[in-house]
Amino acid sequence: MNFALSDLMPLLPEVFLLAAVCGILILDLFLGEDQRYITYILTLATLAGCGWLTFSTATGVTVYTMHGMFVDDLLSDSLKLILYFTVAISLVYSREYIRLRGMFQGEYFTLILFATLGMMVMISANHFLTLYMGLELLSLSLYALVALQRDSAIASEAAMKYFVLGALASGMLLYGMSMVYGTTDSLEIPRIALVLQADIGNRMVLIFGLVFIVAGLAFKLGVAPFHMWLPDVYHGAPTAVTLFIGTATKIAAFAFTIRILAQGLQMLSPDWQQMLAIMAVLSMAVGNIAAIAQANFKRMLAYSTISHMGFLLLGLLAADSAGYSASMFYVLAYVLTGLGSFGMIMLLSRQGFEADRLEDLKGLNQRNPWYAFILLLLMFSLAGLPPTIGFYAKLAVLQAVVHAGYTWLAVVAVIFSLIGAFYYLRIVRLMYFEKPTDMHPIMPPADMQVLLSANGLAVLGLGMLPQPLMALCAYAMERSL
Amino acid sequence: MLAGYPLLSLAVWLPICAGILVLATGSERNAPLARWIALLGSVLAFAVTLPLYLRFDAATANMQFVEFTAWIPTFHINYHLGVDGISMPFVLLNSFTTILVVIAGWQVIQNKTSQYMAAFLIMSGLINGVFVALDAMLFYVFFEAMLIPLFLVIGIWGGPRRVYAAVKFFLYTLLGSLLMLVAFIYLHFESGGSFEIIDYYALPLSLPVQILLFVAFFLAFAVKVPMWPVHTWLPDAHVEAPTGGSVVLAAITLKIGAYGFMRFNLPITPDASHYMTGFIITISLIAVVYISLVALVQADMKKLIAYSSISHMGFVTLGIFLFNNIGMEGALLQMISHGFISAAMFLSIGVMYDRMHTRQIADYGGLVNRMPVFAAFLMLFSMANAGLPGTSGFVGEFMVILAAIKVNFWYAFAAATTLIFGAAYTLWMYKRVIFGAITNPEVAKLTDINPREFGFLAVLAALTLAMGIYPQPVTNVMHVSVDNLLAHVAQSKLP
Repeated sequence: MNFALSDLMPLLPEVFLLAAVCGILILDLFLGEDQRYITYILTLATLAGCGWLTFSTATGVTVYTMHGMFVDDLLSDSLKLILYFTVAISLVYSREYIRLRGMFQGEYFTLILFATLGMMVMISANHFLTLYMGLELLSLSLYALVALQRDSAIASEAAMKYFVLGALASGMLLYGMSMVYGTTDSLEIPRIALVLQADIGNRMVLIFGLVFIVAGLAFKLGVAPFHMWLPDVYHGAPTAVTLFIGTATKIAAFAFTIRILAQGLQMLSPDWQQMLAIMAVLSMAVGNIAAIAQANFKRMLAYSTISHMGFLLLGLLAADSAGYSASMFYVLAYVLTGLGSFGMIMLLSRQGFEADRLEDLKGLNQRNPWYAFILLLLMFSLAGLPPTIGFYAKLAVLQAVVHAGYTWLAVVAVIFSLIGAFYYLRIVRLMYFEKPTDMHPIMPPADMQVLLSANGLAVLGLGMLPQPLMALCAYAMERSL
Repeated sequence: MLAGYPLLSLAVWLPICAGILVLATGSERNAPLARWIALLGSVLAFAVTLPLYLRFDAATANMQFVEFTAWIPTFHINYHLGVDGISMPFVLLNSFTTILVVIAGWQVIQNKTSQYMAAFLIMSGLINGVFVALDAMLFYVFFEAMLIPLFLVIGIWGGPRRVYAAVKFFLYTLLGSLLMLVAFIYLHFESGGSFEIIDYYALPLSLPVQILLFVAFFLAFAVKVPMWPVHTWLPDAHVEAPTGGSVVLAAITLKIGAYGFMRFNLPITPDASHYMTGFIITISLIAVVYISLVALVQADMKKLIAYSSISHMGFVTLGIFLFNNIGMEGALLQMISHGFISAAMFLSIGVMYDRMHTRQIADYGGLVNRMPVFAAFLMLFSMANAGLPGTSGFVGEFMVILAAIKVNFWYAFAAATTLIFGAAYTLWMYKRVIFGAITNPEVAKLTDINPREFGFLAVLAALTLAMGIYPQPVTNVMHVSVDNLLAHVAQSKLP
């Protein structure tokens, strides 16, 4: 097999990250308990390095390398940059939380970095096997992260469920891929698209495979009816890990879906559109209705995620460039808001107190008006109300859906988002209209205060001026499809 | 010269910035500072809206003081502002009312003062935005965003059942507006990628489509007006809201619904409007007659005025859907006059509530013995609410009844009953509260209104009388715009 060093250029960030993780892993062995912050800083530095490498090697042209296994395009570059950013912010938010819970260990950071590497591979995958490898690297790291608190029964249970169901989903995905391979004779995504364009072949087998692939994707995204793992994992995992699963992995799952459905199986869009439509409606129904009954904030956000992923599918099922860029915007808006929401839970938590019940939010406006305001912005963004970014995300998706001729789906979606508004309002109600029961002062570290405030204001600021981010999404999609 | 200034942007953003500044004063320790900044901000905000009236060109129906900047080019959404004779008076009314609200809450609000004042200032800017937005999406953003401060105002400073009322208010209004969002997106594609409201006026649409769009808009605005039978959020919200909240609700936010009919329903879906007119007139008349009767039996003063507002707004929707000149102008006058009168009524109830901490009519009686000046003011406002000639309440109602007679005698007959019922419920309330012997020992300890209260009641009294005697300055600016609107309605848009 011929191999040129220049083939490695597009995957420089991945190579760097892998080398850095190995270095950190070894270095961490020699660090004492009170020097652990070095690992933390090195982890952040690694992410910054990846960011610099990705940014400086970005050419804006699509480059295939490693014999078509790997692609470096505008979509992958922009998603990766956002991914580093998300992971870094989630680390800053988690630091105090994991320190107080005895998880401030080398394993935590290396697992996070390995998961990040897995996601980068998924984002840049041009081949079904590369996709699968990235996915497994991510999933295995996540299983371990969820179970990191060994003594917590609820976390172990969550990890077990996540692992069993995750393995099942991976199996389904592989099975579906094998069916597609059987008819198209290829695992390379652009080639599959070409083969299908020329001749659809044995449609029966293809659709059969497609069903399995979509089911596997649905599991990873967490849309109904493959959502069962999500509330338990969100609830059971330490909040720092929930934050990671709830935000960063959504970027990868989105890229994953785009690579398979939009780039590989676009020719089958009439078939997967129907599947996505059903799953979208189911997700919005299950997510929004079940969220009303939750008393735990993390569980409520889990169901809210399910409904948001349903909304995301709406954008995808438009199956055109506008729809894909709308869903990309939706994912980014969701990630930004999710970061803030889970970050807020950690901000309110302290030693021996998780702050993850809804009643823990009571009277937050009296305890600290500023954070109450930030959480208010985040909740209204999740509910999709202007002038927050969540509104434009909804608008973009609805527009794509109406444009694709599914006006009825748009009507269904807005009715479910009305139901959704009810439980987001409940958070606002608890913060503003109730008296506090818990008067502990809120004293988060300074960097977290600044970042979380900036996060909340970004939700508002990007809501007032969403144009740059929207243009980026549209441009990235146009250049990469 | 003034012409160079972005007056409409100032009208929107000045109160919002003032609100943020008030918020920044922070804790209760700085409450006096918060109050003064709020007052200064609201007065300044009103001052910048004055040139809109003074420099308004009443001879054209075109949009004036237009500002245009591309905002979100990806979606063809523009920051496009402008006013015509229909929207301009509401900008002034709103900015003026905000001053009243700030003054009315001066001593009464002692809890989170800065947040209270800020909420009203920000809301004032957003409501101005609703009236001046010429881009559908911009309109929608303001329309939704103003729910947030109002939701907080009702929920934080309201009465005992405030949480229920706030959530009900929010979800009701959200239900209507979300369907409107879908309608906008649909129109966006039908018009070939435009969110300009004016572009939709010329867009040919088939009747079934028009009816669906009409229903989507109608739900959004009917909830806001509110029309029978989707009015049930209003009495709850009014009763639980603090005085300032009630004033803004009654004087301003209800008008947004009627304004929406004029800006969206009539010109965008004229054929559907004609098709649905019988239905709208029927429910308007139900509001006028039935809700008046409901008002008659209320034991709570705020609830009584809330029902009276619904009944008065029934007049407005009736006037709009008669599709003639007098009706439309009558409706507009009625809206502005109701802005003054309902504000005055709620402020008066606030004056009593601050002293007695009850709104039950039965707890009062014989107030005239202790508060003669106040009794005189309340007399005037009650008469105006009942539509006495010489007050602003009469002009609008009379014009709508005149317009109704032209269309159908029985419409006018049903509508005119309000002159009887309106007088009955308002004056009966007045009698029970003000006259008679003092039965409640608490009433015996009352003192008359202070200069602050005298100030805002006197201003409102003057305005009520002025508009009743000489409404010309208000109607003059509307004529051309109303004629233009009626021309749009008269023209079929069927392809």
